[in-house]
Amino acid sequence: MTLPATMRRVLPQLVALLVILALNTAIAPGFLDVAFANGRLYGSLIDILNRGAPVALLAIGMTLVIATRGIDLSVGAVMAIAGAVAAALITTGQPLAVTLVATLGAGALCGLWNGALVAFLGIQPIIATLILMVAGRGIAQLITEGIILTFNDPGLVFVGSGTVLGVPFPIILWVVIGLCVSLLFRVTALGLLVEAIGVNRRASTLAGIGTSALLLAVYAASGLCAAVAGVVAAADIMGADANNAGLWLELDAILAVVVGGNSLMGGRFSIAGSLIGAMIIQSVNTGILLAGFPPEFNLVIKAAIIVVILVVQSPASHTLSAYFRHRPGAAQDRSAGAVRAAGKTGSAGKEAVR
Amino acid sequence: MRTLKTLAGAVAFAALMAGSALAADMTVGFSQIGSESGWRAAETTLTKEQAEKRGIDLKFADAQQKQENQIKAIRSFIAQGVDAILLAPVVATGWDQVLEEAKDAEIPVVLLDRQVDSSDDLYLTAVGSDLEHEGAVAGDWLVKAVGDKPCNVVQLEGTTGSSPAIKRKEGFEKAVSGHDNIKIVRSQTGDFTRTKGKEVMESFLKAENGGKDICALYAHNDDMALGAIQAIKEAGLKPGKDILVVSIDSVPDIFLAMQNGEANASVELTPNMAGPAFDALEAYFKDKKQPPKFIQTESKLYTQDDDPKSVYEAKKNQGY
Repeated sequence: MTLPATMRRVLPQLVALLVILALNTAIAPGFLDVAFANGRLYGSLIDILNRGAPVALLAIGMTLVIATRGIDLSVGAVMAIAGAVAAALITTGQPLAVTLVATLGAGALCGLWNGALVAFLGIQPIIATLILMVAGRGIAQLITEGIILTFNDPGLVFVGSGTVLGVPFPIILWVVIGLCVSLLFRVTALGLLVEAIGVNRRASTLAGIGTSALLLAVYAASGLCAAVAGVVAAADIMGADANNAGLWLELDAILAVVVGGNSLMGGRFSIAGSLIGAMIIQSVNTGILLAGFPPEFNLVIKAAIIVVILVVQSPASHTLSAYFRHRPGAAQDRSAGAVRAAGKTGSAGKEAVR
Repeated sequence: MRTLKTLAGAVAFAALMAGSALAADMTVGFSQIGSESGWRAAETTLTKEQAEKRGIDLKFADAQQKQENQIKAIRSFIAQGVDAILLAPVVATGWDQVLEEAKDAEIPVVLLDRQVDSSDDLYLTAVGSDLEHEGAVAGDWLVKAVGDKPCNVVQLEGTTGSSPAIKRKEGFEKAVSGHDNIKIVRSQTGDFTRTKGKEVMESFLKAENGGKDICALYAHNDDMALGAIQAIKEAGLKPGKDILVVSIDSVPDIFLAMQNGEANASVELTPNMAGPAFDALEAYFKDKKQPPKFIQTESKLYTQDDDPKSVYEAKKNQGY
């Protein structure tokens, strides 16, 4: 896989991201300013990279799961569990290393549970992971005993709000983990095998791929990513909020994967695309906050922008744009009638492709 | 011999029952919603505490957020012949039938914290806080704290469309409306959570000249304020000094922030709803005194001068 190919693959996502950043700059002057203050980089762009960290981390694991034609609805709840485990251990005086290892272990365990339901019992992923999505928050509440468990351990707090050379640590986390996972899956044949499961699990098994083990591993990876995101979210507010940590973030993560140009039908994936998708979502969120609209508009604006991005990415608009590019004399004639005709031919073209 | 023993046991048991019935001059059933929040848990703790202090025999039923469980609990209270029922209704509608049954059994019902849509002759009284008043108390504090100085306020609202968010906003805005030096420059929802409170505050700080143009923060609950305080600190400003912080609820953690000088004031949403309810019931049973249909609890204002350390210690064990 060459670099230009990767670039071409995520080009539409990059363009969408740049358009939204340009919109934000128009709304909020000084949006692009990045200053160095109090030993850390400071600015709205840094906020986007930093606040987008939990969704970006979730999206890495979610991309792999979706590539196998699965889905993981439990990641938000696993975040809550991970935050609760980390807070509970650190407040009972466990050293940081033990806390982090145990927290990641808990996340992996949650992932393995999902993976086992999918791989060995053949339960549909959406139902298999729904179980933990519902139960996970209860488990987290049992761990925190229903309160927001606060902690002050500087090591753990560092994960959420520390900086390395001025860069907030969550940013480093998601960039490094994203890079490592991409390399692991693209340099080795792992990525190909995962995609094979997504295309046809039965055929993959018959071709000699250990599909059950791979599925287990992929869901465990998703659980691990969710655990990291959970620690980041808890460390950020110095407390484990079992009720709200990661609430609805599984949907944002799925959205990030889809906005990143990945198909929910599996069979191919791009982690870079998903990460850009996560940044697109966060740029929209931050832009809305900066714009100063009344809060009633937040979700409507967000939905409108997402719809535009998805329509631009849709197969129908691709055939439409292809038609315009190849139609003779397209440059001279742009009347409404031509557009209508194009629409008809476009959908006909889609039928032909099918 | 064996019959004698059984008989003796039965007599002893009956005596015990009679004894306990004498000791508790009132038996009250309490149908609680559940324990969805720290505040709710504290309300349960304080209700039990209040009952114990007054020698009231409290029968507690946790409905786990389900109205059907609450209706079942009330019916079982009626069957047990309790003297009165406390009800924290999970929803506003659908209570007519069961309240009717309690009324027929001549058992007074007191509503805690939330209201119902039924006609008000079906219950004795309702105890609760006035959300708009809470906002007003916070606003009045700010008016007094800033005096004549110009002050730009940013507001962290609760979940959009929720009644605490709407009323706490109205109350605060009314309280500061007559003072032209105080201006609400930005208002955005933080969903009542620490995470969103922090994220939204970060954007407020960026949008208002790095926070230099902000003089005060008003948050609809303490959790959002606690998140925002961290955002202010990370921006290199001093919460409580550079930016005044006032919020509502008075959860234990806000008192730690006050003690560190990072929060200025918090309006209490008291979890002690049972105290006024028991007062009303005792007065009602003693001389059939009809209480008003709504008993408003006090919205007490806590500031840094109220010994936050000891308030924290006292609140910590209430189950928040």
